[in-house]
Amino acid sequence: MPPEPAKASIETDHAAITDVVENREQTLLDKLFASQAFWVTIALAILYVGMALYEPNAFGTVENLANMTRNFAPFGIMAIGMTVVIITGGIDLSIGSIMGLVAIVAGLFLTWEYPWYIAFGAGLAAGLICGAVSGFFVAYVGMSSFVVTLGMMAIARSLAIVFSGNQMLYKFGPDAPIVKAIGQWRWPLHTPDSWLPHWLPQLSSHFWTMIIFALVAGFAFNFTAWGRHLFAIGGNEQAARLTGVPVDRIKFFAYVFSAFTASIASLLILGYSGSAINALGQSYELRVIAATVIGGANLMGGAGTAFGAVVGSALLEVIRNALLMAGIDSNWQGAFVGAFIILAVLLGMQSGGKSLIAATIERILPRKHR
Amino acid sequence: MALLDIRNVSKNFGAIRALSEVSFALEPGEVVGLMGDNGAGKSTMVKLIAGNFPPSEGEIAVGGEVCHFHKPIEARGKGIEVVYQDLAIADNLTAAENVFLGREIKKGVWPFRVLDKQAMIERSAALFQELKSETRPRDLVKKMSGGQRQAVAIARTRLSQAKLVLMDEPTAAISVRQVAEVLELIRRLKSQGVTVMLISHRMPDVFAVSDRIIVLRRGAKVADKHTSETSPEEITGLITGAIRAA
Ligand SMILES: Nc1ncnc2c1ncn2[C@@H]1O[C@H](COP(=O)(O)OP(=O)(O)OP(=O)(O)O)[C@@H](O)[C@H]1O
Ligand SMILES: [Mg+2]
Repeated sequence: MPPEPAKASIETDHAAITDVVENREQTLLDKLFASQAFWVTIALAILYVGMALYEPNAFGTVENLANMTRNFAPFGIMAIGMTVVIITGGIDLSIGSIMGLVAIVAGLFLTWEYPWYIAFGAGLAAGLICGAVSGFFVAYVGMSSFVVTLGMMAIARSLAIVFSGNQMLYKFGPDAPIVKAIGQWRWPLHTPDSWLPHWLPQLSSHFWTMIIFALVAGFAFNFTAWGRHLFAIGGNEQAARLTGVPVDRIKFFAYVFSAFTASIASLLILGYSGSAINALGQSYELRVIAATVIGGANLMGGAGTAFGAVVGSALLEVIRNALLMAGIDSNWQGAFVGAFIILAVLLGMQSGGKSLIAATIERILPRKHR
Repeated sequence: MALLDIRNVSKNFGAIRALSEVSFALEPGEVVGLMGDNGAGKSTMVKLIAGNFPPSEGEIAVGGEVCHFHKPIEARGKGIEVVYQDLAIADNLTAAENVFLGREIKKGVWPFRVLDKQAMIERSAALFQELKSETRPRDLVKKMSGGQRQAVAIARTRLSQAKLVLMDEPTAAISVRQVAEVLELIRRLKSQGVTVMLISHRMPDVFAVSDRIIVLRRGAKVADKHTSETSPEEITGLITGAIRAA
């Protein structure tokens, strides 16, 4: 990052300014080094390779890779929704509870022997209604997203418990195999006569769904007016309003989209496990927020990427899995996730437009060496 | 017919009366300076005309038609462009992204209707050149000087064929050379028949371009005089209250 010498010289003369200002435009490489997602990707790669070498027969197997990608995919999907909310400067604490409600509503319809698409549709509708209610109070009434989604967190969980009669639902009627097939689908498959090399993991429907979400969100963030407006709202909501950006509508949609991602994640997990419990998603919001922030989203709004959301979720899962393999009590997970969220916010604290990591690296490694 | 007619407009913010019974009219192609002390109500006047909020009393007519703007885009639809005092810029976006904020150029067909970034960058570059500003379209506004940020805000008003341009202290943070460019731009707008309302604390700038000067004091209009019939001394007196009204 070049210094800022231009201010004073603008006053004086023309030729000098261009000389000084010349190197201010960021190159692609500069942007890469300044991005937190890039450093998290490197950390993820190092951690994965290190663990795979250390425990080749447990951690390093292709089955474990398939497992980990399935485990973190629902978090990755929700982290993409959370990223949208966080870019606008909000937060969504209700996604874990929405997962529980969606699973119970879909599970009830399956128990009543409705076809799977009716059940999934009903679950999705319940989730979207929750998102729309939160979105309405945040965007149109102007309440704080923290308060509104905290309320929704309690409401959705409570509804899930009431609707389920505090029972686990698993007698899913005639469409149970289809539901399971959706949740347990894999590709590519290792059949005996397959030409596929065996080091290729059999990736789950969860993973592929996440990839689709990430591609669509990444495209929308970078190439559509909607994406542009999202970042503008997070950067300066008042300015966005004054320039004619439909601020309220976009903020409303952010919460609906976040609830949508939670609903999809819930239905995938429902399909995978073949059962619905009202406790599904409990404390997941914390992991999702941690993943999003680790991936470089700024809780103050105005920054975040789809790629970062996915990579952040992957990093958390690899750490969780590594702890498990190292024989550490799984009850420690919360402490690690909590510590990570604090660390990530610390690292992401903006110092003059760059992340703390980038700033630190710059100090250690002056510009001319890159 | 007047382009803009302000009729007995008042604005209250709770107990604060920011404007009280102000009336004036702006003709096409006229440059009017709006002056007044800090807190006199100048920015409030701009925001009323620009549709940020409705007046508490009175009405605003554009081209003879009474308008009730609820949003800034509605005023923009009537050909009113604004340079806000705080510039209304998002720091995390680039100069070009800010210039086109809210009216991005798009290409392709839905659902692949995407931003035409290249077109926006080129158009912004041309606008900055016209303003003789060393502002580069791809740079983040966060890293820009005050003058460059101001250029971004001014460039916005050039995107459409505006009938009325309101400038709330457009020369507050810029160099002597750029002030000259902004004043030149105002003259050019005038020659194209565009009406300009210039708010500035810099007496020489206002006298250099204005046909008429309106002075607000504590929310009330205390003077509305042709520039040729007044002097910086008189205006100063009106602003400070040393002279009651003229
Ligand atoms: N949104 C608001 N809510 C409450 N009071 C306001 C609001 N906007 C302006 N005011 C008050 O209205 C009065 C006029 O403010 P205004 O911004 O119009 O002054 P100004 O003439 O533009 O001053 P300056 O030269 O400092 O820019 C001030 O007393 C201000 O505190
Ligand atoms: Mg003002």
